[in-house]
Parts: sequence; structure tokens; C-alpha cells
Amino acid sequence: MKFAIALYSAAHAPSSRRALLFAQAVLADGHEIVRLFFYQDGVYSASNNIVTPQDEQDITRQWREFVSQHQLDGVVCIAAALRRGVLNSEEAARYQRSAVNLDAPWALSGLGQLHDAIQDADRLICFGGP
Amino acid sequence: MSKSLLVISRQAPWSGPSAREALDIVLAGGAFDLPIGLLFMDDGVFQLASDQNARAVQQKDLGANLQALELFGIDDVFACNHSLEVRGLNAPASAQGLGSDAIAHLLDRYDQVITL
Repeated sequence: MKFAIALYSAAHAPSSRRALLFAQAVLADGHEIVRLFFYQDGVYSASNNIVTPQDEQDITRQWREFVSQHQLDGVVCIAAALRRGVLNSEEAARYQRSAVNLDAPWALSGLGQLHDAIQDADRLICFGGP
Repeated sequence: MSKSLLVISRQAPWSGPSAREALDIVLAGGAFDLPIGLLFMDDGVFQLASDQNARAVQQKDLGANLQALELFGIDDVFACNHSLEVRGLNAPASAQGLGSDAIAHLLDRYDQVITL
């Protein structure tokens, strides 16, 4: 089955971890993830300047490694990301901001990517809230 | 045939970007001519209240964006009757009020649902 997974919460929210565990289970069971789409505070789950205490789960690193390892299509909504200060080098240069906190494997793109994934997938599974 | 999507908007317009971001999904879908429905529920029904003065809380008015729904071909706009009632709001002209049975049917009718 083809899954699209949307995440609306930051890395410190348990729902971000649940989304990651679900995504891992999807692949482990032989299904396909057509796209991950991070929206609203979900853009923080892709930020690479989150520093997690050593004895806690580093969810942003785990997300990054998961997406890289399986060469998934990891899309972060550009409008939601700009609003929350999650910028790749291109956007940081465009808006003359000093910090870059998003890079590969994540791509910044628009809401069309969410609709495209919804059309392509058999199931859309959303994670948000606490 | 395109899959249909119902967006359920549950946040008040002044409670952060959620109401705007729910609407953005709907408008983006409309721009792609996709079959999209929008349901206002819980505090989301505050988005439909008339005579709002967003500037008083230093916010941008969402009303203009709501009016864009029609331009984007989004005709299926609904509001939860119960949510309106408990907040003392009248049924708005811009959305079709639905009881809980009708909302259950609505959820069945759409292929996918996003709740924000």
C-alpha cells in the first residue's frame, strides 16, 4: 500500500516520534511511502539545529537518517517553514538571514506537494497535537 | 478521478497560524481543481463570525481569504451546528450548517481527511 504521511508537530512532541515509528513500520511491512510532508510546527521536526540532551531521543537526527537511508521524498512546506524560521541556504540568502537550519535530505516546497501526495497515495496518515 | 479531501478547521482565527494554514491547504487544492471540502468545527467556527476586527488584536483579517473560496471553486463549505450553538453564533450565510449525523456522512463521503 502507498502511504503519504503528514506531520504537524515539532520534534519535542510525542506525535513526531509516533510519526517516525509509524513510517518505520510502514517500510518494515513492505509498504511504500510516497512522500513525507511536514506542515505547521512539523517544520521544526526537520530543523538541524535542535540540540537534544544526550540521554534523550534525538528525533530530528532520527528523522534525517531515516529519510536519507531510505531515500524518501521528505518535503517541508516552504510557507510554514519561513514563518517559523526554518530556512535552507537558498532561502536564508533570499531573505538575508544569518542562520541556515535545513538541508538535505529535506526539500522546501509548496502545498501542491501535499495534494500531489494525497492523489498518489492510498492512505494519508496525519500526525499532530501532543 | 481525483481523490477528494475534506479539511476540518478547528482553531479560532486569532489563536495562531492554524486557521490560515488550514485555509491555505483548501485554496491550494482549489487552485489544482481538486475536489475539496471545508468543515469548520469547534473553535474553527469563530472564523465565520461576522463583523470581526482583526486589527484590534494586530492580526490580519482572514475574511478576505474566506471570500476567495468561491473564486477558487470551493463550494462545499460546512459548519458544525453544535459548535456554532455552544459558542452563541448564528448560522453563517457562507457555510452550510450540519448536525452530527450529517457530519458523520460527510466524513464517509471524502477519500481523505485533514484536521488542523
